[in-house]
Amino acid sequence: MASIQYILKRLLLMIPTFFLVMIIIFLLVRFLPGDPAIAIAGDRASDADLEAIRERLGLNQPMLVQFWLFVTNTLQGDLGRSILLRAPVIDVIFDRLPTTIFLTLYAVTLSLLIAGPLAFVAALNRNKWPDAVIRTVFQVGLSMPVFYIGLILLTFLAAQLRWFPVGGYGDTFVERLHHMFLPSVTVALYTSAIIMRNLRSAIIEVLDAEYVQFARAKGLPDRLVLGRHVLRNALISTVTLLGLSIGNLMSGTLVTETVFAVPGVGRLMLEAIFARDYPLIQGLTLTFAVLVSVVFLLTDLFQSTLDPRMRLT
Amino acid sequence: MSDTQPILEVENLCTTFTRGGVALPAVRDVSFNVGKGEVLGLVGESGSGKSVTLRSILGLSRRYGDVTGSVKWMGQDIAQMPERKLRHIRGRDIAMIFQEPMTSLNPLLTVGMQLTETLKAHTDLNRAARRDRAIEMLDHVGIPAAASRLEEYPHQFSGGMRQRVMIAIALAANPKLLLADEPTTALDVTIQAQILDLILSLADELSMGVILVTHDLGVVAQTCNKAAVMYAGRIVEQGDVRQVLRAPRHPYTVGLMRSVPQNVPPRSQLYTVPGTPPSLEALPQGCAFAPRCQSRTDSCMATRPPLESIAQGRSVACFNPVTDAQGAAA
Amino acid sequence: MTDITALSAEATIPQKTRLQLALRKPGFLIGAFIIGVSAMLALMPGVFAPYDPNLIDYVAVKQPPSWAHPFGTDMLGRDSLSRVIFAYKVNMQMAILATVFAMTIGVIVGALVGYYRGFADMIFGRVVDAVITFPFLVLVIAVVAVLGPGLINMYIAITLVGWVYYARLMRAEVIAQMGNDYASAGVVMGYSDRRIIFRHLLPNAITPVIVYWMTDMALAILLGSSLGYLGLGAQPPQAEWGVLIAEGRNFITTAWWLSLMPGIAIVLTGLGFSLLGDGLADLLRPRG
Repeated sequence: MASIQYILKRLLLMIPTFFLVMIIIFLLVRFLPGDPAIAIAGDRASDADLEAIRERLGLNQPMLVQFWLFVTNTLQGDLGRSILLRAPVIDVIFDRLPTTIFLTLYAVTLSLLIAGPLAFVAALNRNKWPDAVIRTVFQVGLSMPVFYIGLILLTFLAAQLRWFPVGGYGDTFVERLHHMFLPSVTVALYTSAIIMRNLRSAIIEVLDAEYVQFARAKGLPDRLVLGRHVLRNALISTVTLLGLSIGNLMSGTLVTETVFAVPGVGRLMLEAIFARDYPLIQGLTLTFAVLVSVVFLLTDLFQSTLDPRMRLT
Repeated sequence: MSDTQPILEVENLCTTFTRGGVALPAVRDVSFNVGKGEVLGLVGESGSGKSVTLRSILGLSRRYGDVTGSVKWMGQDIAQMPERKLRHIRGRDIAMIFQEPMTSLNPLLTVGMQLTETLKAHTDLNRAARRDRAIEMLDHVGIPAAASRLEEYPHQFSGGMRQRVMIAIALAANPKLLLADEPTTALDVTIQAQILDLILSLADELSMGVILVTHDLGVVAQTCNKAAVMYAGRIVEQGDVRQVLRAPRHPYTVGLMRSVPQNVPPRSQLYTVPGTPPSLEALPQGCAFAPRCQSRTDSCMATRPPLESIAQGRSVACFNPVTDAQGAAA
Repeated sequence: MTDITALSAEATIPQKTRLQLALRKPGFLIGAFIIGVSAMLALMPGVFAPYDPNLIDYVAVKQPPSWAHPFGTDMLGRDSLSRVIFAYKVNMQMAILATVFAMTIGVIVGALVGYYRGFADMIFGRVVDAVITFPFLVLVIAVVAVLGPGLINMYIAITLVGWVYYARLMRAEVIAQMGNDYASAGVVMGYSDRRIIFRHLLPNAITPVIVYWMTDMALAILLGSSLGYLGLGAQPPQAEWGVLIAEGRNFITTAWWLSLMPGIAIVLTGLGFSLLGDGLADLLRPRG
């Protein structure tokens, strides 16, 4: 297991990064065109009302003070109120977040199930026809935009064949698996193309590694050479890769939620952008950054658990 | 010369890799024998096909290229044997140790696991007996406090210790032949002699045959019974080690001998064989060494000299072999 | 295997033979062909399109593919094939405009921080950490939200985010190159920093950047059309593949061709760029 010290060190390193993340988000929103006060109160609000709102939001204060307010409020869990949904941003996000996390985990599982075995088949038959077929198919998959994959699946499997529901989220876990299957496949088809490509070369690299040659020279059966020596080592690169692709995965989730009308934070982000709901945009952008950081952290911990060389830090 | 029946007979071994549509003849028509308890030195520059020859004997080159010819182990041809059967010979009858102790042990598995899995593959020992044997082996190769180090990972060992671990793993199942691929090249000079001594004393003790791949003629002189010199994938000269080293016949062997610093007077300029080995994808038509050879003739450039026997167990592939007088003068 | 890798490293194939090898690979040729045709369609769509892409014909609305209209017609009776062909102009432009500025900025910044290191490099490291903490698309649409939807703003947004990735790659490459003797030789010989960076380091470090650029062009088309689909990129009635797919979405069960055909154009072009990129990688990358 990773030591407490390591985790603490890792968390400390995240502080300056998050400071910059906050600056980026703060600056982004400050450059939004239009007066946020008008956006909140509406066009017909009186000057006095607008002034009151500016006062309340601290918009009259100098930039540095505003930033300080933004940071302290955020740390206290106060992300402001959504203009669009007329509710605290933090509540809105926590309401929608589980759906997105469910979709993401579902998609990760599916992409591992798709890419993992195929990467193995391709690597073991390197440069022969199974490899060529698998690589070509994924090459095409990699060139398909997520919204297009989603649209095709939605049209043919849900609307035409009626194998899957067109919308909705489902109440029980099993229902959810059914409802979210097509959105997850959409994200998974895209991410599995990335994973498959990299995993294949990772496996090939491990297969050629001297320790695998040595394991063969020792006379171990193939099952052990692959299962114990190759798989374990390839697993580390897979998890690392998955962790690093979390940004891509989230981007895919955002588009997919829009195509399938899944009520998650991704679709909320687009709604917020079209409504110019700046507290919500701010909160959501921060949420995505936090999600990605958490995944980066988990990846690191997983890696240091699996790889003994990384334990003594 | 050993007069026992050879345990390993390699005949016309050829290994060809293909890179980007180009055929690379890494090993060509290599033939030699190893008897029980005999030590054969396989010498040559890097890229001359020594390592590939070793790996081809064990069937490790199959996945990367074409291997033809015959490799007879105790009279049985293993060159075309299916992997499933071959694996019972690997590790149990013929073991191999690699050049790089840093990369040849799996970084994610404990040393104990990597040792006992070999025993599990080749013996009927139970868990406890495997553990005992593993400790015994580590102890035998000179690793202090062996029992306590079973649970450690390769990165917790030094380079020399790792090489000892690799030897322990290779010898765990009592093989009759050890293929050692430059086992000391990656180590500090001070450790090199220790590891070599260890391999040879163990070989002697277990009356195990050894093929020692090296580019160090000094090592060959000290340790081997027989020597084979390889150049550009072919054996150019082979025979009893004293004869090959005292009276080399092939100009390349002479060149190699002259570049060993021990053989020259102090403060004289160190000799190097002029030129560089040819690229495998553009081998010359005639003798591969001809472009670098000082005694080449037109026929050397036109046709390749075959490896011909010149005495009992002694052969050379050269049209104008060096005479004793010339060899001595060098 | 040491010896086998040693073999391939030894076999340093000359540039000319490498080109011949690359040309022998079907992938590279197919990629080059696709991009060649796409470039032609983008440069002179008028020559290839059978109709005016904006010609509205209320008599022939949502017609299925036929000889007269191979890709059918849309809800305003416009010829789909012509609209897909005219979209090549915008979508091919994306591949260039969404990447070259990011690449230029990234290469310069990456080379400078990689060469000088120090405080600027430390700040750069933090910026990279912060930027990769956002999913790419989230940051881009957030910037588009600030600037307002539209093609130009989309290019600006992608450049603002994308340069970081180029700079990171370039920095790593420059640092790796500086470990080589020729760089220290330049310093010993008293060359100016500018000369070392631009004459010596840059040409050697740029190869991976060029290879990445090829994949990035494919990504730019995917990203650009995604933003078009979401309504944040090109705006209707502009013919752009993402916009075309979005327009067809409402009629997908009755007029499926409207969304299907532009998608095929995206996949083909994306494939062309990545095949070309793979071939170029083989061509430029040192073997070993």
